[in-house]
Amino acid sequence: MTFSLVLEQLLNGVQLGVMLFLMAAGLTLIFGVMGLINLAHGSLYMVGAFACAVVAAATGSFWLGLAASLAFAAAAGALMEVVVIRRLYGRDHLDQVLATFALILIFSEGTRWVFGSFPLYLDIPQLLQGAVPLPGGTAYPLYRLAIIVTGGLVAIGLTLLISRTRLGMRIRAGESDREMIAALGVDIRTLYTLVFALGSALAGLAGAMVGALQSVQVGMGEPILILAFVVIVIGGIGSIKGALIGALLVGVVDTMGRFLLPQIVGLFMSSAQAGPVGGAIASMLIYLLMAAILAIKPRGLFPAQA
Amino acid sequence: MKAILKAATMALALGSSTLAMAEPIKVGLITTLSGGGAGLGVDTRDGFMLAIKQSGNKDITVVTEDDAQKPELAVQIADKMIQSDNVDILTGIVWSNLLMAVVPGAVAQGKLYISTNAAPAALAGEKCDPLYFNAAYQNDNLHEAMGEYANKVYKKMFIMAPNYPAGKDSLTGFKRYYKGELAKEVYTQVGQTDYAAEIAQIRASGADGVFVFLPGGMGISFMKQYAQSGVKIPVIGPGFSFSQDVLPAIGDAALGVKASGQWSKDLDNEANKKFVAGFQKEYNRLPSLYALQAYDAAQLILSASSKASIKDVKAFAAALNKADIQSPRGKFKFNNNRHPIQDIYVTEVVKENGTLTNKIVEKVFTDHGDAYAKDCKK
Amino acid sequence: MISREFLINGVLALLLLAVPFIASAVGQPFTITLATRIAILALAATGLNIALGLGGLVSFGHAAFFGVGGYVAGILSSHAFSGDPMIFGFEGSKQMLLIWLTAAIVAGLLGLLIGVISLRTSGVYFIMITLAFAQMVYYFAISWPAYGGEDGLSIVVRNQFPGVNTMRPLTFFGVAYGALIVGLGLFAMIRDSRFGAALQAVRQNEVRVASVGISPLPIRLTAFVLSAMMTALAGCLYADLNRFVSPSMLSWHMSGELIVLIILGGTGRLFGPVAGAMLYVVIESALGGITERWQFFLGLILLATVLFARGGVIGLLAGKARHG
Repeated sequence: MTFSLVLEQLLNGVQLGVMLFLMAAGLTLIFGVMGLINLAHGSLYMVGAFACAVVAAATGSFWLGLAASLAFAAAAGALMEVVVIRRLYGRDHLDQVLATFALILIFSEGTRWVFGSFPLYLDIPQLLQGAVPLPGGTAYPLYRLAIIVTGGLVAIGLTLLISRTRLGMRIRAGESDREMIAALGVDIRTLYTLVFALGSALAGLAGAMVGALQSVQVGMGEPILILAFVVIVIGGIGSIKGALIGALLVGVVDTMGRFLLPQIVGLFMSSAQAGPVGGAIASMLIYLLMAAILAIKPRGLFPAQA
Repeated sequence: MKAILKAATMALALGSSTLAMAEPIKVGLITTLSGGGAGLGVDTRDGFMLAIKQSGNKDITVVTEDDAQKPELAVQIADKMIQSDNVDILTGIVWSNLLMAVVPGAVAQGKLYISTNAAPAALAGEKCDPLYFNAAYQNDNLHEAMGEYANKVYKKMFIMAPNYPAGKDSLTGFKRYYKGELAKEVYTQVGQTDYAAEIAQIRASGADGVFVFLPGGMGISFMKQYAQSGVKIPVIGPGFSFSQDVLPAIGDAALGVKASGQWSKDLDNEANKKFVAGFQKEYNRLPSLYALQAYDAAQLILSASSKASIKDVKAFAAALNKADIQSPRGKFKFNNNRHPIQDIYVTEVVKENGTLTNKIVEKVFTDHGDAYAKDCKK
Repeated sequence: MISREFLINGVLALLLLAVPFIASAVGQPFTITLATRIAILALAATGLNIALGLGGLVSFGHAAFFGVGGYVAGILSSHAFSGDPMIFGFEGSKQMLLIWLTAAIVAGLLGLLIGVISLRTSGVYFIMITLAFAQMVYYFAISWPAYGGEDGLSIVVRNQFPGVNTMRPLTFFGVAYGALIVGLGLFAMIRDSRFGAALQAVRQNEVRVASVGISPLPIRLTAFVLSAMMTALAGCLYADLNRFVSPSMLSWHMSGELIVLIILGGTGRLFGPVAGAMLYVVIESALGGITERWQFFLGLILLATVLFARGGVIGLLAGKARHG
C-alpha cells in the first residue's frame, strides 16, 4: 500500500462526501426551517440528472444542462412545496414520511412514463475530461476534482448566505422561532417556498454532476437519499456545519472502509473468504458508525438549538 | 444459398404445421417492467412477442405482468397465473433470485418453466427438473469464456463482481478457466454507484487486464468513471455488462471493450437477419442479448406446439428438448440438464453509423455445456 | 354501548374471513392467496402498531424483524429438509409452532439490542436510527452466502401446523387468520392494560409521566420488543405463504409499506392495520392488472389519503378516535 494510493482514496472519500453534502444541505435546511422530513429529496436529485441529460443531449452543451438541472429541480421543488408539502408542516413526522414516500412513487413512475425504462446518456464536458497528475506519480480524474471544488464553493456560499444576507437572517429566525417570525410580518409562505426551492436546486445540482459519472436512470436517487439521511443525523439535524462534517466523515469512512476492510480481514482468513466478508462489513460500516454516534450523542455531533 | 433455402423451407414447414394443430396454449410472461431493471424486462417482453408475431400463430396467448424486481411479487404473480389464469407455461424472469423463488413452486405444480435469462447453478445440477428449461445459457458460461480468453491475452488479472451469489458464481466461473496470476479479487456492494475506491486499487494493482461483472446501472457507472480515471489497463467482461440496452448510456467509454456472448447481432445466418431486422422494424432500436434469449424461448414453444399437445406435459417437454428451432445464434441444442450447448464468442464494442454495438472477434468455445450437467440425474 | 368503530371492526373481520370461502366456492383459488397475504401483512402491521400507534415510536426499520422472522422459518425448515444439523446438533424444524417461538425469541433479542440504543433518541433521530439498523441487517443478509444471500432461500414444502394440512390454501389461510385474530387480541389487551395506559401516557406527555416517578425507557423498550416479536411472527407466515425468503423482506421499502398500512387504515386503531392491508393489497392487485404504471397511481392514492383523509379508512368510517 503506497502513499499515493492512500491519497487517492482520501480524495475519493472527500469527493463522495462533497456530493453527500449537496444532498444533505438541502435536507437539513428544510428540516431546520420547516421541521419537515422529505423522503422525496432523492427524486429531486433524479429530476436534476434527467434535466441535465436531456438538455445536454438536445443542445450539445453540458453547461446548459447543468443550468437546466438547477432550474428544473428548483421549479419541481417549488411546485411540490406549493401543492403538497405546504399542507404537511403542522403534521407529525408520520404523515410527512407517508406523503413524501408517496411522492417518490409518483416521481419515479412519472419519470419512467416520460423517458422510458432505459438509462440516459450524459457525458463529462470536454473541458473536464481526463486526469491530472498527483504527487506520488499517479493521476486523478479532473472531473472529480471539479466536484470537490464546486462542493467547497457551495459550502462557502451557503454559509455566507445564511450569516450575511437578509434571506439568511430570516432563515435563522425561522429555525429558532416560527411563530415569532410570522408575527414580525415576514411572508412566511414565500420564505418556505424559497428555502424548499433552494434545497431542491442543490439536490438537482448534485444529481446532474453525479449523472455524468454514473447512469442517469429512474431510482438513482434512493441509495443516495438514505446516505444523505445518515449524514444529517450524524451531523445533527438542522445544522449546515453538521451536514458538512457529517458528509465528509461518511464519505471518507465509507471509501476507506471498502478499501481497507477486506485487507484487514485478510490478515485473519484466506483471501478467497476475505473479499466477501470484508465487503459485507464495509457495506454495513457507515450504519455502524451512525448507530455508534447516536448511542453516544443522541442528537448528532452538532445539535442545532431546538 | 443452399442454407438459405433450407432455412426458408424449414420455416415454412414450421409455420404450416403449427397452423395444422390448433391447440391453444397460454403463456405467463413474468418480467421486470418497472424499477431500475425495467430495461431488461422490456427487451425480454419485446423479443418474446416478436417471435410470436413473426410466426403468425394465433393459438398462443401471452399474459404479461410486472414483477417490479421483487421476489415476493414474482411468486404471487406466478401463483395467480397458475391458479386463476390457468397458464400452461411460465417464462420471462430476468433475475436469478426471482427465478429461484418462482421455479421450484411452478414445476412442483406441474407447469413448464422456460428461462429467458437467469440460470443459477442451483437449478442446473443435482436439483435440475424435467419441467425446467433454460433458453439462454448457464450463469457461469460467459464468465468461463472470458477466463479462457484471458489465458491468451493477459498474465495478471484484477477481477471484480458485486457481493452476491451471481457475483461469486461469476468470479468462480472465470477462475475455472483462467490459469494465470490473480492481482486481486474484489467484491463490491450490490447497487453501488461509485467505483472510485475500486479504480484506485486497479491502478495500484499492477495487473495487465481487468475482468468486471457489473450488470445494469453498476456497469454503466463503472465504465464511465474508469474512462475518466486515466487508468489504461484494458477491461473485459461477460456480455450482459456491455449489452445493447446499456451501451448507449455508457457512451464512447465502452469502445474497444472485449466481452463474451453466445450471440451477436452480426452473426451471419438467415435466422439472425430475420430477428435483427424484425426487431429493428418493430421497436425501432437494436435488440439486446435479453431480446434474443426471449425470442428463442418463444421459438422453442412454437416449435414444440407443432409436435405435441400441451395437454400432455411430458410429451410437450420432450418436444421442447428437441430444440428444433433456427436460433439466431446458430447452433443450439439442449444438454442433459436442459441448459444450452452452444458456441461462445468474444465480441468487441465498436461504433457503426454512430451507434455503439458489439462485433464478433473470435470464437472461444465450441459446443460448450456447463460444469453442473453431470450432476443432473433427472 | 356498542360503538360504531366496534361494528366496523366486526364487519371487517367477517369480510376477511368470508372472502376466501366464497372464492373457493366459485373457483377463484388465487383470491385465497390474496386474503392470506392481507391477514399476514395486517399481523405484521399490528405488531408495528404496538410501537407506533400506542407508543408513538415511528420505527422505520421494522422490516428487520419481519425479515428475521422469515429467515428463521426458512433456515429452520431448510435444515430440517436437508438433514444437516445446525449449531449444537439442532436439526431444524418444520413445525410452525416451534418456528414461531424461535422467531419470537430471536426477534425479541434483536429488538432489545436495537431498542436499547435507538430509544436514547427521539423524533426524526429515532426514525433514522431504526432505518440504519434495518439497513445493517439487510446488507448482512445480502452478503451472507450460507443461506442464499441475494438469491434468497426456498422453502420446498410449507411448514406444518399440528392437526391440519397447511399445503391446502384454505387451511393455511385459516392458520394466518387465526394468528391475526390472536395478534389483534393481544394488541387490545396491551392497549387496555395498565402497561398500555402508561405507554400511551408516555407518548402524550413524557415529562409528566417522568415527574410522577415512572421511567419512560423500560416502558418504551418493552413495547418495542413486543412489537418486534409480533412482526417477526408475521414474517414466519409470510415466508410460508411464498415458500421463499429473500433480503427484499428486509429492505427499507418493506418498512415503509408497513407504516403505509397503518396510516392507510388509521393510526393507533385496533383494526387500522387490517383495513390498511385490505385496501393496499386490493389496490395493488387491481391496479397491477390494469396498468404497469400502478405504482404511480398507488402514490396518488396514498398522497390523497394523507392530505384529505386523516385518520385513514377507519377514521373515515367511524369518525374521530376517542383518544388522541
